[in-house]
Amino acid sequence: MTQLIYVPDDAAALSVGADEVAQAISAEIARRGLDAKLIRTGSRGLLWLEPLVEFATSKGRIGYGPVSVAGVPALFDDPAHARSLGLVEEIPYLKSQQRLTFVRCGITDPLSLEDYESLGGLKGLRRALEMTPADIIEQVVESGLRGRGGAGFPTGIKWRTVAATMADQKYIVCNADEGDSGTFADRMLMEGDPFLLIEGMIIAGIAVDATKGFVYIRSEYPHAFAKMNRAIEVANAKGLLGKAVLGSGHRFDLELRLGAGAYICGEETSLLESLEGRRGQVRPKPPLPAIEGLFGKPTVINNVLSLAAVPVILAQGAAFYRDFGMGRSRGTMPVQLAGNVRRGGLIERAFGLTLLEIIEEYGGGTASGRPVRAVQVGGPLGSYWPQRLFDTPFDYETFAEKSGMIGHGGVVVFDDTVDMARQARFALEFCAIESCGKCTPCRIGSTRGAETMDKIIQGDRPMENTALVRDLCEVLRDGSLCALGGLTPMPVLSAMDHFPEDFSRPAKAAAE
Amino acid sequence: MTITFQKNLSADFNPDRVREIAEGLQALDGPLLPILHAINDRLGFVDERALPIIADVLNLTRAEVQGVVSFYHDFRRSPAGRHVVKVCRAEACQSMGAERLITELETAFGIKLGETSKDGRVTLEPVYCLGNCALSPAALIDGKLYGRLDAARAQAQVGK
Repeated sequence: MTQLIYVPDDAAALSVGADEVAQAISAEIARRGLDAKLIRTGSRGLLWLEPLVEFATSKGRIGYGPVSVAGVPALFDDPAHARSLGLVEEIPYLKSQQRLTFVRCGITDPLSLEDYESLGGLKGLRRALEMTPADIIEQVVESGLRGRGGAGFPTGIKWRTVAATMADQKYIVCNADEGDSGTFADRMLMEGDPFLLIEGMIIAGIAVDATKGFVYIRSEYPHAFAKMNRAIEVANAKGLLGKAVLGSGHRFDLELRLGAGAYICGEETSLLESLEGRRGQVRPKPPLPAIEGLFGKPTVINNVLSLAAVPVILAQGAAFYRDFGMGRSRGTMPVQLAGNVRRGGLIERAFGLTLLEIIEEYGGGTASGRPVRAVQVGGPLGSYWPQRLFDTPFDYETFAEKSGMIGHGGVVVFDDTVDMARQARFALEFCAIESCGKCTPCRIGSTRGAETMDKIIQGDRPMENTALVRDLCEVLRDGSLCALGGLTPMPVLSAMDHFPEDFSRPAKAAAE
Repeated sequence: MTITFQKNLSADFNPDRVREIAEGLQALDGPLLPILHAINDRLGFVDERALPIIADVLNLTRAEVQGVVSFYHDFRRSPAGRHVVKVCRAEACQSMGAERLITELETAFGIKLGETSKDGRVTLEPVYCLGNCALSPAALIDGKLYGRLDAARAQAQVGK
């Protein structure tokens, strides 16, 4: 029987040598004259184990990782898999997860529509094709799904608005401008299970009567762009996309667009400007994109993870999805654990997991072996959290109550060498670099804020200058149209509130 | 934002090629970014002399095209080095020593972040997140992604 061997071609796996390992495996198969086949998959999200090589056995798939090129021959000298990690599905990090969105990721060839369908793909779309658009939208509303991009707006309500707005053309836009540091779930999904996103977008199209979709992918993700491009080609060739979706009366065309290195284009109105070929400057709301969006037409604009959650909601029903989670945060959240952490990766679990569980039980503490001092949750505009708040459960409302946000689900770990004043300075510097320039507090205040932080770091009147930065943060929060200016105060103020000792160290600063 | 235009009037500027690229993509919805990406990729950078041609094809003002080119970090106004090292300096990579890595690379290449070496060998640029945050620090070197990167490994790629 042919031995099946799996090696990811996900960008993270490639970044630590997965291609070289795959070549070595092919060479070893040829050298030994084995009856074996190498299959390239997405990543399981156990990123500290990459490159993770899996061998199919009668009991299931056995994993080895991290594998180096030099270690490849040894894989074939271990017929009983004594040196393996055991069954991959039994690795506690993976076994304890509740994968609804990432259920296929890392298992199959991402570009095989047959594999996709054999593992439950297209069930949601087939259900949707039997339903009325209004019923599809009600399922999404009832599921409790909220925007996974960060804002947490109920997805179904957005769809309902677009459906109720009459127009000759409507659009589905997927926001794949995943710019938050510490996040990679959109990238992993587009590389590991691209048909899921396509299926979600088609369902959205049917629900609101939109016949055209765009996926706006950031240029920092060349692998995801290439993979999505090929998946769209396959979907067109197999009649999933095009003038008759799966032979139905529905048309849906999908186009990919590449961002151009502007963080602000992750903001929905700025993204629409960029798609239209303009500077990515934020538009005032109203009008909502749902009423006047892309090219002035009603537009559903959703994050990758929001759209990718839709097929399972349709396939298994709203109640199935809603039964996961806590409070008003329903379903699962793909948490991305990153930074200075031993076991970084993707953790898809129902809402409610605490930060401590994420950092210690999954993460195993820091990569450096030093104590954890802070974590930043929700990207560069998210709060820094101290140890004493690590019992906070992952939930939109609980995080907001404690002046934080879950954002797109990124958790970045810092050890005790971190200087929180420098992190606060970076937040303001980043705002200055990425500001679209529309609102004065964001355009100019960010630069003045970074300069004032420099003074604090140098020990120049830290009390007065800290008060000044706090005042500036208030202006930023209240005087900016979008989240870049409006939320930059979050990392700055949380650093000041939770780590005040880093903002009053004149002696140490002077010594440097 | 100050808009500075570097004069880079290389002799081999080919206006017909720019027009051909622009006309080839003008039928897209919102064609300007795809056109600029195509010029940036195929010709290496967006020459100032390309702007009026693009404006003409799309029936835009030159100022509109210039505004878009200057807004996005990706569009080069002058040629890059033979090797391009885009090193991530966002938070996850910071937590794993990205700032130190950048300092080491600046020393190794004899340039500052954002510069191209005089011999045209290497361009060192910041990037804010490559989505490889669990394997920090990360960089994109000549389009290939690297994780858990150190200066020696980065230099080895550029030395090739």
